[in-house]
Amino acid sequence: MAGDRQADRVVPPSGFTAELTLFAAGAMAFLAVFALALSLAAGRLADRWGAELAQTATLRIVAPADQRAEQTRAALAVLQTTPGVAEARALSDAEQAALLAPWFGADLPLDTLPVPRLIEMTTDRGFDPTGLSLRLAAEVPGAVLDDHGRWRAPLVSAANRLRLLGWVVALLIVAAVAAMVTLAANAALAANAQVIAVLRLVGATDSYIANAFVRRFTLRALSGAAVGVIAGLLAVWLMPAGSADAPGLLTGSGFEGAGWLAPLLIPPVSGAVALLATNTAARRALGGLS
Amino acid sequence: MGEQKSVNCRDPPAGNQIETRLMLGHNRVKNEGAGVIELDNVAYSYGGGELLSDISVKLAPGSFHFLTGPSGAGKTTLLKLCYGALLPTSGHVRLFDADVRGLDRDEVALIRRRIGVVHQDVQFLDHLPVADNVALPLTVSGRHAEAAGSDLGELMGWVGLNERAAALPPELSGGERQRAALARAIIMSPEVVLADEPTGNVDWDMSQRLLTLLVELNRMGKTVLIATHDLSLIRAAKAQVQARVLRIANRRVQLAGADL
Repeated sequence: MAGDRQADRVVPPSGFTAELTLFAAGAMAFLAVFALALSLAAGRLADRWGAELAQTATLRIVAPADQRAEQTRAALAVLQTTPGVAEARALSDAEQAALLAPWFGADLPLDTLPVPRLIEMTTDRGFDPTGLSLRLAAEVPGAVLDDHGRWRAPLVSAANRLRLLGWVVALLIVAAVAAMVTLAANAALAANAQVIAVLRLVGATDSYIANAFVRRFTLRALSGAAVGVIAGLLAVWLMPAGSADAPGLLTGSGFEGAGWLAPLLIPPVSGAVALLATNTAARRALGGLS
Repeated sequence: MGEQKSVNCRDPPAGNQIETRLMLGHNRVKNEGAGVIELDNVAYSYGGGELLSDISVKLAPGSFHFLTGPSGAGKTTLLKLCYGALLPTSGHVRLFDADVRGLDRDEVALIRRRIGVVHQDVQFLDHLPVADNVALPLTVSGRHAEAAGSDLGELMGWVGLNERAAALPPELSGGERQRAALARAIIMSPEVVLADEPTGNVDWDMSQRLLTLLVELNRMGKTVLIATHDLSLIRAAKAQVQARVLRIANRRVQLAGADL
C-alpha cells in the first residue's frame, strides 16, 4: 500500500464510481457500528443477567397458615448451616404485598390469602441447589427451592443469541463490503481495458497494474469506512442512555469503557477486505485479458 | 527438401554484418548467429483459419527490416508474435533466447521493456500529459527519477515535441502522436524497435521525418522492424540504410526481391 504512488496516476480518476464506493463503504461502516453496539450490549446483558441471577435463589414455604411461621424458621435454620448460602432472609408481609401489588393492587389483604412465605437467599461459590433441595425435603416439607435456573437459562441464551446475531450482522456487512468492492473493481477493470493494454505494451507487470487498482479501492474503502464509523459513533453517543437501575437492551445499547474502541477496528478491516477483494478481482480480470 | 535459393545482403551497422539466407522451400528467412527475436516454424490461427503458416524469421542484433504485404496478410499479427502479445498456434517464438511459451505474463512484461513498440492505432493514457505518457515505460519499471529527469526532455526535443510536453494526447495531431509513440517506445533504450504502420496516419513529410528517426535509432545499434504497406517509404529507407524487406504472401514470409 505504501508502495508506488505513481501507480495511482496511471489509472484515470473514475468520478462518480469513486463517490459511490466511498458512500457504500461509509454506509456499511455506519451499520457495522450499530451491529457492534448491539452485540456488545447483548453480551453485557447476558453477563449481567447470568451473574445477578446466578447469585440469588428463592425459597417458597407452602404450608398451612398455622405451620408457615414454624416452617419458615426451620428453613432459615437449615439455610444458616448450608454451605454456599451467604445470606438468607424471609420477606416481610409489606415486601410481599409490594411484589404482588402490580397484579392485585396495593390493598391486598395478605393475611386472608394462602400466599406462601418467600425467603430470599444470596449464594456464593459452593452452593449446591440439589443437595439443599434434598435436605429441605427431609426437614422442611413445605419448602420449595427455586434457584432461578428455569427462567434464567432461556434469558441468558436469548441474550447470547442476540450477541451472536450482532457478530453475524457485522460479518455480513464485511462480506457485503467485499462484494461491493469486487463489483466496483471489476467494473473499473473492464472500463479501463485500454489503459491496461497500454500498460502491458510498455512492460507493466500484472502486479503493478493490480496494485494501481488495489491501492485506489483500498483507500476508498478505508476513508469511506472512517467517515461511516465517526458518524456511527456519534449516533450511538447521542442515543438515550438507560439508568443504572433499569438497564435494557434498547436504552443500554451503546458502548461502555473500552468498547468505544471496538468500532475503530472497522476502517482497517474494511481496508483489508477491500485490498483482498480488489487484488483477487484484479488478478482474475488480468488473467482473462490477453 | 524443396527448392532452395540463397539471397545475401548486408545489414548495418558496420561490424555487425550478417549473412542472410533465404530458403524458399522451407519458407525460412534467417540470419546466421544469435537473433534477438526468432520465430521458428510458427503458425498462427485465428477464427478457425490459419493466418500465418510455417514462419521462420530471425532478427539479428542491429538489423533493419521491413515487413510488407497486403492489408489483412498478417503483418500486425506477426509483429504481435514478435513481442509476446500473441502466442503461436504452433512453432516457437524466442525473445532474447527465451521461448515465450515458457514465460508467465510478468516475465513477458519484463522482456517487453527490451522491445519498444509503436502501434498502428497509437494508444496513450489520455488523462496524462504527453511527457508522462512518454515516460510511462520508466514509471512502470520504477525508474521515477529518470522519468522526471533531463533525458526525457532531450528525447522530447529529439522527436520535436518539447513544446507539446504538457498537452494531453487527444490534443495532438496524427504526426505528433506517432512521434510521441516512438519516443515512448525508445525511452527505455530498448534493443529492438517494432513499428506497425508508423506512417499510416501522417503526410509524406512527416513520414520521412519518422523514418529518419528510425534510421537514426538503427545507426545507434537498435534492431528495427517496421510493418508497412507503403512501398515508397521502403524505397526511401533503402536510400538511407541497408534494410531487408520481408513480404507476407499466402500466409508465409518471403524475402522480397530487388524490386524493393
